[in-house]
Amino acid sequence: MSYSTLNRLTPYIFLVPALVIMAIALIYPLGYMVYGSFRSWDPSQALPDTDFVGLANYISLWNDPNFHESLMVTLKFAFSVVSIEMVIGVGLALLLDRNLRGMSLLRTLFILPMMIAPVVVGLMWRYMYHPSVGIFNRSLEGMGLGSVDWLGQHALLSVVIADIWQWTPFIFILSLAALQSLPRSALEAARIDGATGWQQIIHIKLPLMMPVLIVTCLLRLIDAFKVLEVILVMTEGGPGLSTEILALRISRTATEFRELGVAAAMSNYLLMLLLLLTIMMLAYNKVLEVRAARARRIAEEGL
Amino acid sequence: MADQEKKQHPAFYALLVLLIMMSVGPIALMFVNSFKLDVDIISGTSGLLFLPTIQNYETALCDVLPYELDHLDFCSLKFGGSFINSLIIALVSTVLTLIIGCMAAYALVRFRFMGRDTVSGTTLMVRMVPPAVLLVPVFGLWNNEFCLDKEGWLGGLIRDNFGGRGDVCLAGTHSGIILIYVAMNLPFVIWILQSFIVQVPRQLEEAARMDGAGPFQVFFKVVLPLIKPGLAAAAIFTFRIAWNEYLLASALSDRDTKTVPILIVNNMSEFNVEWGVIMATGVLLAIPPIIFTLFASRQIITGMTAGAVKG
Repeated sequence: MSYSTLNRLTPYIFLVPALVIMAIALIYPLGYMVYGSFRSWDPSQALPDTDFVGLANYISLWNDPNFHESLMVTLKFAFSVVSIEMVIGVGLALLLDRNLRGMSLLRTLFILPMMIAPVVVGLMWRYMYHPSVGIFNRSLEGMGLGSVDWLGQHALLSVVIADIWQWTPFIFILSLAALQSLPRSALEAARIDGATGWQQIIHIKLPLMMPVLIVTCLLRLIDAFKVLEVILVMTEGGPGLSTEILALRISRTATEFRELGVAAAMSNYLLMLLLLLTIMMLAYNKVLEVRAARARRIAEEGL
Repeated sequence: MADQEKKQHPAFYALLVLLIMMSVGPIALMFVNSFKLDVDIISGTSGLLFLPTIQNYETALCDVLPYELDHLDFCSLKFGGSFINSLIIALVSTVLTLIIGCMAAYALVRFRFMGRDTVSGTTLMVRMVPPAVLLVPVFGLWNNEFCLDKEGWLGGLIRDNFGGRGDVCLAGTHSGIILIYVAMNLPFVIWILQSFIVQVPRQLEEAARMDGAGPFQVFFKVVLPLIKPGLAAAAIFTFRIAWNEYLLASALSDRDTKTVPILIVNNMSEFNVEWGVIMATGVLLAIPPIIFTLFASRQIITGMTAGAVKG
């Protein structure tokens, strides 16, 4: 092989390993899953030996009340978690966007919860929520108030609180970065025009941060649908189905009920839901961009 | 402006302290409890009034300790072995992801194959796929299809050397778990490294090429040293995912390749939880990510914000 052909082939040589691995371990499995979702498949069988059942898996799920329950729990969990985290995270970022000396230390401490394994997060919260040993009930009783059945009656709320603890810092850090990259001139101009703090936030900071906030919200929403370990360790989906989110139900259908075909169909439903949400948010982002561009053009023509 | 903001309201500092306590408190609580005996945890000797003991850690690490333990008849919790499994899997998949991702990112930037939009689109798509969705196909494929026939020469060779029945499959091996972690992390790593490689001035590479360096030499000797911060960020993110992941590892591992998260979940689901020991294993699992955070928080924040802020 001559030197120049080697030169010409380099980009392909550099790309091939990544492409091969992603084809084998991501694209092929996803295709395999779609194929398997049309079959009656249990873990002892190899996929080619299974029977084709058409849409039966999808239809039985569509009519399954447990699946509906699980879907509702997932949606409730994801949307409440994301909206509360967005409000607290952006609020804290607006509040703490000042020249503080220990800011980098503060950020370091805030990202700790995100870096720790979800399994460990679940473990810590399960301990804190424990009916007799846990710190919450112990403090409540110490203050003479009654104890709360955290992981029983209020299981979903407790799981939501744990997720807020872990992931609000993510939104805080992204919004803080967005705030600090805002054009100083706009803020300066607003201050000179006599805008109050609130007016600056509502009319200047938030609109300018909007594109970043939407992307942040999207990333967080996607991740909220992936949460599994924290809930598995804290409640194992219970009591009843009250905290059994879809990801957990998929893994239980596959491992406990041994119905791989149904689990594959459920995975496909989940993927379609996520795809729909992503497309919606990206489309909304585009609309905002177009609108902003038009406003800018009108402003320029007006001059 | 700076003068104005020097003096903050006292309530502001109170809020800061409260926030720090809220974010670090649960972790500190786990840390403190891991040094308590179960008796102390349950009886509620509150606060810091207790005799710290490392007995929980001894119980957890009983399979790798060089000495016998008095309080334990039988070493049931094989934490040391899982810790080594976790370490092997996380380190190997991090190194592989970085090497492969780096090469791909370089090719994408320098030879202008696909636009950045394609890569960020792919990254987003892959991020959208929950591990639970990969569970079913990966379980099926790794157990049934990605196998070497035991009659074949390579399969036979492996079987003769390592033992086992039936065909040699990816499931139950370290490499099986590593493969899926590498694939899961590649798009993100490629995408983040791309933004660093774009900043390497082209003239530097051309100068090296003038001096007679081949494309591989240019890549390893010129480009790689310049993108170290990007490599650090990518390494931490990959390591963290591989180190913390539970679901896929639990589907793919067997008795000998269990990772720490699996061990913790298995011990949690038993009826009578031994809080002290479990907390000790939790602390041990949490220590490497905490160390990374304390020493490389700047890189972590770069990696996190690069995603959304730069678009």
